[in-house]
Amino acid sequence: MRRRVVITGMGWVTPLGWDLETVWQGLLSGACAIRPTELFDAGTFPTTFSAQVKDFDLRSFLGGDYDRHCCASRNSGFGLAAAKMAWTHAGLANCADLDKTRTGVYLGCGEGPIDFDNFVVTATGAWSPEQNDLDTQKWAQLAYQRLAPTHEMEQDPNMASGRIAALFGLEGPCFNTLTACAASTQAIGEATCQIRRGDADVMLSGGAHTMIHPLGVTGFNRLTALSMRNDSPETASRPFDRTRDGFVLGEGAGLVVLEELEHAKRRGAKILAEVAGYGSTADAFRITDIHEDGRGGIAAMRGALFDAGLTPKDVDYVNAHGTGTQENDKIETLAIRQVFKEEKPGVPVSSIKSMLGHLIAAAGAVELITCVLAIRDGAMPPTINYSQPDPNCDLDYVPNECRRLPVKVALSNSFGFGGQNNTIIVREFGK
Amino acid sequence: MADRRVVITGIGLACPLGIGAQGVWDALLEGRRAVRRIEAFDPSTFDSQVGGEIEPFKVANYVPKSYRKSTKVMARDIEIAVVAAYEAAKDAGLRTKCLIERGEAEAPAVPEPARFGANIGAGLICADLKELSGALYTAADPETREFSMRKWGSEGMTNLTPLWLLKFLPNMLACHVTIVHDAQAASNTITCGDASGHLAIGEAQRTIQRAAAEVCICGGAESKTNPMGLMRQSLLKRLATNCNDKPQEACKPFDVCRSGTVIAEGGGLLILEDLDHARGREAKVYAELAGFGASSNPNQWDDPKAIGRAVQLSIQRALADAGVGTGEVDLVVAFAPGTTHHDQGEAMGIAAALGDRSKQVPVVAIKGAMGLAGAGAGAIETAVAAMAIRTGQIPATVNCNEPDPQCPINVNRRAEQRDVKVAVTVGYALGGGQYGALVLKKFAG
Repeated sequence: MRRRVVITGMGWVTPLGWDLETVWQGLLSGACAIRPTELFDAGTFPTTFSAQVKDFDLRSFLGGDYDRHCCASRNSGFGLAAAKMAWTHAGLANCADLDKTRTGVYLGCGEGPIDFDNFVVTATGAWSPEQNDLDTQKWAQLAYQRLAPTHEMEQDPNMASGRIAALFGLEGPCFNTLTACAASTQAIGEATCQIRRGDADVMLSGGAHTMIHPLGVTGFNRLTALSMRNDSPETASRPFDRTRDGFVLGEGAGLVVLEELEHAKRRGAKILAEVAGYGSTADAFRITDIHEDGRGGIAAMRGALFDAGLTPKDVDYVNAHGTGTQENDKIETLAIRQVFKEEKPGVPVSSIKSMLGHLIAAAGAVELITCVLAIRDGAMPPTINYSQPDPNCDLDYVPNECRRLPVKVALSNSFGFGGQNNTIIVREFGK
Repeated sequence: MADRRVVITGIGLACPLGIGAQGVWDALLEGRRAVRRIEAFDPSTFDSQVGGEIEPFKVANYVPKSYRKSTKVMARDIEIAVVAAYEAAKDAGLRTKCLIERGEAEAPAVPEPARFGANIGAGLICADLKELSGALYTAADPETREFSMRKWGSEGMTNLTPLWLLKFLPNMLACHVTIVHDAQAASNTITCGDASGHLAIGEAQRTIQRAAAEVCICGGAESKTNPMGLMRQSLLKRLATNCNDKPQEACKPFDVCRSGTVIAEGGGLLILEDLDHARGREAKVYAELAGFGASSNPNQWDDPKAIGRAVQLSIQRALADAGVGTGEVDLVVAFAPGTTHHDQGEAMGIAAALGDRSKQVPVVAIKGAMGLAGAGAGAIETAVAAMAIRTGQIPATVNCNEPDPQCPINVNRRAEQRDVKVAVTVGYALGGGQYGALVLKKFAG
């Protein structure tokens, strides 16, 4: 029989805060964290708002360990803070006999933000309008003056996983994946596979990301992927609603402690839920569009159900990718309907991106933590800002009000830009 | 239940020594060195001015006609992956969508798209500086060059093409490759810097072992031969700066005079396949991918002792996973970027893992010939291990003229004939602490 993997600790940094219970209550009450962007002057951008993490101070999370990580990017900082909370939550801070050679890290973390203010000086300073070209000689001279080695290295997406391994002295496997918006779901899925196979006993997994910086917002605005409802930020993220006009950028991190079941039992850990199944697929269709039949999403959900040994009728709650773009919500609806139509056409589906925005690489991990809390409390967070049904989106989206119903099994979808799809299923832990 | 067995049935390379596995292999055996003064841009104000560049190629020649338009949104890293993918699929005798549409293979597709996965490592793709700087300049004052965020937001950004962001997302290597070849099973993008190749190949092996796919295209690609890529490595003091007048000698793995690495571009993709699937289609087999191990260095990332311990752990884990003892190891393909600390630490780790055989087992490092291609490096080294097993030849470690006594291993300095039954290869991120090792075995049926 294969080794079972359970979740024994969770931590997150979200636009609604970082205390596990406070954020959870916020999600259940339909609180929205979306406001005008303050991290830089986005006043003239097509989109002027986002869901930002406020008043974040890494030092307050790391205490005496802060010095080694004082150069951490906003990305890695969110990851380190969430990892520290998950580690403590799991009781690992007091676990003297933990074998750190059998404990690893698998994140789905984004790239660190570019050092924009300094970079832009090198770029505009070395541009030759006469030649319509970059003067590379001059650029290098400016870059040596302006760019800092630490800030450049912090842009590498593997920095957060390396820093987290360093924070706890871990020598197990250490990975980072960056499958765009699917990354942290994929990380948790692959980390689960590593524990099942015996490559590790404990894995810190999840993701961190921020793209709320000038080039991040530029990139998504040029793609016309973001909501431009600048006159009403708090109602801008409206997944599955007929009037949805794009997603809203969020930022943050979600980290979980995954642990082999017997290992968790031996040390008397509190088991929060079991990771039951994982599915990963590729659309292999177009880099700009989702396959119109939803084939990649369907295959990911079915793959996760098969891996879990469950059928659609066992699933009590679906946490949707639900970005709020016309295309995603329509095709995800189609895919969910296709998977659930015979056995559970009325399965409740909600998107917390309506409240937190889209945390990109970190979204899946935060959503999985939400699923675990939904199981614990028998409560499903709502999809807020839902007022006008879309004939193309005809599922039960738990509109506007949370729903109190027992949840034994929850399924979470994450679909990456370019067509990488991942689904994870968690279930109530039974003997 | 025993694991499914995984074999390597195809190799695709695109690196400074050439495009295509056989050409690169011949060049390595001849001891050719491809590092040169950088030609892609004027490097004269950088402290290191040399690199390993791929000879010009047209990516449109590696995709079906219907996909040529999409090549416009490919960063160089993506182009390299697409070229390597074509070479790998062709070398393996697969019948993918790409080859069928190009008239180079017959339908129906083999493998079945739903059972064909991808695991392609990627680096931090550098923005095209010319494109980005030109756009940013439109929001700057022409006299003072002061940048205005308000002007950028209102009009400047429209000077970037709408799909600009998609050129630089690391997962686009896998996305383009899976679209071109129609690979719909498990798909991942490992982004662990220079360790990405080894980790992606190891994870692809696991994917096939657990039956989530029958065939995986895996490895990695990256280009650092652009101003931003070179600047980052230069600022991090990882580069040899004393050989600008003799580029071919700049990168000296395990040599007592080594002083840093050299940037490069390149990639490798391997076709990994479930053994029964490979037998069913009578595929040629380079080697069996028998073991994988990963580890982390939680201490200082450039401390030789800490590097050595992580190298040792990953090799030991890979050997245990393969069920192979140190007495059976015939070859180590090292990562050895040519930096003082990494080469020394790695050598200490290899020696510790091999124990009393560390003085006998030949160790080969190839970066002297081409430099460090970041996320593309590991797959090239894994390909070298596979080719050595298949051909019974091992290349020389070029530029290691005087082996460093601080590196307690047997650096192989001459190309030679040798029956290789078991080869080990190791890779790691120069910054970040991620390590991986693979064990390849001669396929004995």
